[in-house]
Formats: sequence, structure tokens, C-alpha cells
Amino acid sequence: MINWSVIIGIAKTHLLTKMKSTVTAALGVTFGIGAYITMAGFMTGLNNLLDGLTLNRTPHIRLYNEIEPSKKQPVSLYADFENTFNVINSIKPKESQKKIHNALPILQYLKTDDAVKGATPQLQTQIFYLSGSIELGGMLIGADIMEEARLSNIKDYIVKGSPEALRNNANGILLGAGLADKMTLTVGDRIQVSTVSGDIFPLKIVGIYQSGLAEIDNSQSYVNLKTAQRILGQPENYITDIHIKLFDIEAAPAMAKRWERQFDIQAIDIKEANAQFETGSNIRNLITYAVSITLLIVAGFGIYNILNMLIYEKMKDIAILKATGFSGNDVALIFISQAVIIGFMGGILGLLVGFSLSALIDNTPFETEALPTIKTYPINYSPLYYIIGIVFALLSTFIAGYLPANKAKNIDPVKIIRGT
Amino acid sequence: MSLVLETRNIDKHFYKPKDFHVLKDISFKIKEGEFASIVGKSGCGKSTLLYILSTMDTEYTGELFLNEQLITGNSKEELSRIRNRNIGFVFQFHYLLSEFSVIENVMLPAKKLAEKSQKEIEQNAREKLEMLHIGHLAEQKASRISGGEKQRVAIARALINNPTILMGDEPTGNLDSHNSENVFNIFRRLSIEEGLSLLIVTHDNDFAQRTDRIIEMEDGRIIS
Repeated sequence: MINWSVIIGIAKTHLLTKMKSTVTAALGVTFGIGAYITMAGFMTGLNNLLDGLTLNRTPHIRLYNEIEPSKKQPVSLYADFENTFNVINSIKPKESQKKIHNALPILQYLKTDDAVKGATPQLQTQIFYLSGSIELGGMLIGADIMEEARLSNIKDYIVKGSPEALRNNANGILLGAGLADKMTLTVGDRIQVSTVSGDIFPLKIVGIYQSGLAEIDNSQSYVNLKTAQRILGQPENYITDIHIKLFDIEAAPAMAKRWERQFDIQAIDIKEANAQFETGSNIRNLITYAVSITLLIVAGFGIYNILNMLIYEKMKDIAILKATGFSGNDVALIFISQAVIIGFMGGILGLLVGFSLSALIDNTPFETEALPTIKTYPINYSPLYYIIGIVFALLSTFIAGYLPANKAKNIDPVKIIRGT
Repeated sequence: MSLVLETRNIDKHFYKPKDFHVLKDISFKIKEGEFASIVGKSGCGKSTLLYILSTMDTEYTGELFLNEQLITGNSKEELSRIRNRNIGFVFQFHYLLSEFSVIENVMLPAKKLAEKSQKEIEQNAREKLEMLHIGHLAEQKASRISGGEKQRVAIARALINNPTILMGDEPTGNLDSHNSENVFNIFRRLSIEEGLSLLIVTHDNDFAQRTDRIIEMEDGRIIS
């Protein structure tokens, strides 16, 4: 039978009389956990920010027609040249449409799929921006802007104006911030765009779009899908891209493959498109954990050391406790509870320190041209890290206490009392 | 009269640094209420025997009975419980927990036993201290009282669970004659008034002469 109140009472007395060592050991845990919380919060906050920068505006799956050469060249169909070695120079891509065949039925079909959060049609085309005599090459994206706003965080990147303003103006354009700077244009001004075939079309600037990636801001603008179709002189079913957002991002590669076969179309999923990006995130996470675990292990060794010394000092006490009827397990529990008390106190304090440092970082101004929506350093306050922090504090102190406690458990009281 | 303690053919060897037959065929009995002392020269094995009797040392052959029940071969947990419940122990060097107050030291074995409420335990502890005339020291830190007082606190602690037998390993060995006399008188009174069985290892002949029975040891054997 374990008498906890007695055991905790003895543990508490030991800790209180050795206040200095107790505080030192607890502070070790505090710094370990505090640093872990801060680092994890800051690093994952940064990761999420960077994820948001590219991943959130990348569709989970993008369907499009690739311009590519035919895999089967006509010569291979010709029976006379069977079993010969054919060399063809200067293969050209085959003549085909940029638009997705049967785009509207596909869109309808995708919208009924349970795994799909949303599917939006886009018309992407090369365009020239004209402002006086200046001619700038770029991209024009015709999109269903309200759907885009629902499915991605494009809203965050519209620094002037709003998606609604674009929807309400059939001749409106959301101009890239880089383009606006170059041509010294702002909301309310007019801009002329020219298609590749030379048709000129006037548009009114209803908003400025700044993604933070210069090459996009310097070339890309949004208009309504219908406007884009009108500029190109194409019918309503002329759609070059379908962007799909899924409920579960992990399903993207499998679904992309399925639709590629089903619709006879190119499908690229987010993992494929951002493979190197994910690697970066993973490595940053790995570094965060490596540093945090190192900190916690150092704290653990501190506790191990202090308890070891304490047990050495308390040899006689241990012998007396055993002689008066405390079992080896009781004695071990006394020392383990000391370790866990240190871990708990230090851990809770560590969580507070981590939270305060996070709040401090969260309120530190961080303004950069590249990230218009960001005013302070990013911090992730996920409770998961706080749970991991306190669990690790208790676990590491338990292990650090267990080893010396086991030693105390096995001390032979006769040897201590006889002084041999 | 019933037996409190009985040994049958206890043998013990020390194997380090070399084989040494320290206890040879020890068989004796202690009756209830008996005040016995074990005497002998240094190294004759009397302390070793006491540690076996106290159940702390389990590396021996032979049989040990406490209250006519065989306890040889019991698990360590079980032995701890028996020690807690039935055996009071007083050492040569007081051995109090210096960080705890006097009353806490006395209460500790009873708290471990957990048969009584906190209040009863505290009251019992105070009674024991009063009985040994050190009631006024109850709230003092154990490290701040004199040697003679410490030994009396240790006796109070040994008595807190009303043990069947009180064992002492040279309890007066570290005390001056006045305090030795004091401790002997306490033992004597416990024996007469409370009917407590006592077994004291000593090499103080005066002390031994005044006990009910002297067990004399030489070279690991009981010679009388």
C-alpha cells in the first residue's frame, strides 16, 4: 500500500530545505520548455506564413491542357517503316487548343464531388499592358473572383479595392502592384490592354493586387472571367484552367491522377508543384525539434545530477526510512515525486515564459514590402506545443528522477548504519 | 509465556573480502516482556545478528520467528511492513531526519503504517515525548537538540507504533554516563510498566549487568 501523503510530504520537505538546488533544477526545465514553446511557435508561425505565401494561393489540383509534341509521331504509324530506326528532327508541338475540352461539364461534375471544396474556372492568357507608349508584357487571369475569394486567401493580397468591386464592374481589373508602380497608376485610373493578336481593350482599375512575390506582381492581373473571354473574343466555354480545392489536401496526388485519366487532361497537384517547398518546411521543423529536444535533454541532465547529489547527501535518511519500515519502493517514490514536482513547476513556468516570449515576438513590428498583410512577426499559438511541452517536461524529469531513485531503492540500510 | 522472537540455527557468512563465517548456529528465544542484552567483544557478530533479527539483513541461513511466525523468506515489501508494525529500532548514532521537526520524526513510522488518523498519531507522538520528558522540544528542528535528547526522540520514534519488541544497537554507546543512565532507566521503565520486550546490543558491562538476561557472544557463537 502506498501512502502518498507521507511520501509527498517528505519529498516536499527535501525540496524546501534544498531550495537553491530545487530552483536551479526547476529553472533548467523552465528554460528548456520556454525555449521550446517560443521556438516552436515562432518557427511554425513562420512556416505557416510561408506556406500561406505560396501554398494557399496554389490550387490543390490544377487541370489544364499542356502544349506538347505528340508522343506518337506519324512516321511510326506508317507500316513501311515498322522495325526501322526513325530519326525525326525539329519536332514541333502538335496543333491543339489551349482551352479545356468540355470545361463546363467537367466543372459541373467536380462541383458534385464530395471530396471537392470548390472548383473554379480560369482563363489565363498572355497580354500587353499599355500606358501611353509603354508596352509591358504580362499575364491576364479571367476568374470567378468571388469563388476565388471563398477558396483562397486572395482577399488578403488585394491591398486596395475589393473582390466585390471587381465583380460589380464588367470592365474592371485588379492590377498587379508592380505593374501599378511601373505605370504610376492607381485605383480609379484607366489602363489599356492589348491581346497577342493586337486587339486593344480599355479597362478600369478597381483594385491593386500584391502577392509579395515580385515576379507575379510585376506581370499578373485579374479580371472577370467573362471580361477575359470578351477580350480574347472567345465564347463562354473557353476556359484554360480549372483550379480545385479539396477538403483533404493529402488526397490531392491520388485524385489528380484519377482525373488526369478520366478527363484526358493534364492535372498537377500541390505536392508535385511545391515539392521543394515542403522539403524546406520539413527541414525547418526538424531543426526546431532538434534544438528543443537538446534543450530539454540538457535540463533533464541537470535534474539527474541534482537528484543524484541529493540522494548521496540523504544516504543516512534513506537508511533510517528503511529501518523504520519504509520499503524500497516508498523511498524510490519519494525521489521520483521530487523530480516530477520539479518538472511540473518548471514546466508550468516554462509554458508561461514561452507564452510571454511568444506574445512579445507577436507584438514586435515586422513590416516588409513583400508581405503586405503582415505587420508583426508571425507566431503559432497552437495548444499542441503547450501540451507537448508539459508532457515532455514531466516525462524527462520522470526519467531523470527514475535512475537515481532506483539507486536509492536498492541502498542497503545495514551498510549505511554500520558505516561500512 | 509466549515467545516474541526465536532464531533456529542461523548461520551467516561474509564473502567479501574473503569468506568469513560470522554467525555460527545461532539459536535462542526471547520471551514476551523480557529485557535482554547481547554482549561480546567487537567483531564477535553481535551487531550482525541484530540486523538479521531486525529483518533488514536477509542474507543468512536458518529460521527467524517473530511472534511465533516464520518470517524468513518473506518479500522485502512484507519485511518492511513487519519492521514498521512490530519492531522499534534505536541506533548508536541517533539517526533522526535532520530537516524535520522532532514531532514529525516521531510521527513518520505511524504515518507510514497509516492505521490511525493524523490527529491520533500526533496525540500519540506527543504522549510518547511527554513520557520521555521531552514534550517541550516537539516543534524544534531535529538538528537543533542535544545528543541525549536526540536519543530520547529516537526511542519515542521506535515506540510510536507500539512494537512487539524494541531493538537497540549500542543505544548508549555515544552518550555520556548521565544520559546513558537516563536511557537505561527509560528502558527499564518500559519493560516494567509497559511489559515491552527489549533486546539491546551493548559492550557496556554495567548496562548489561542490570538487564534481566545477558546473552554473551564470542566468535560468532552464543556462549551463555
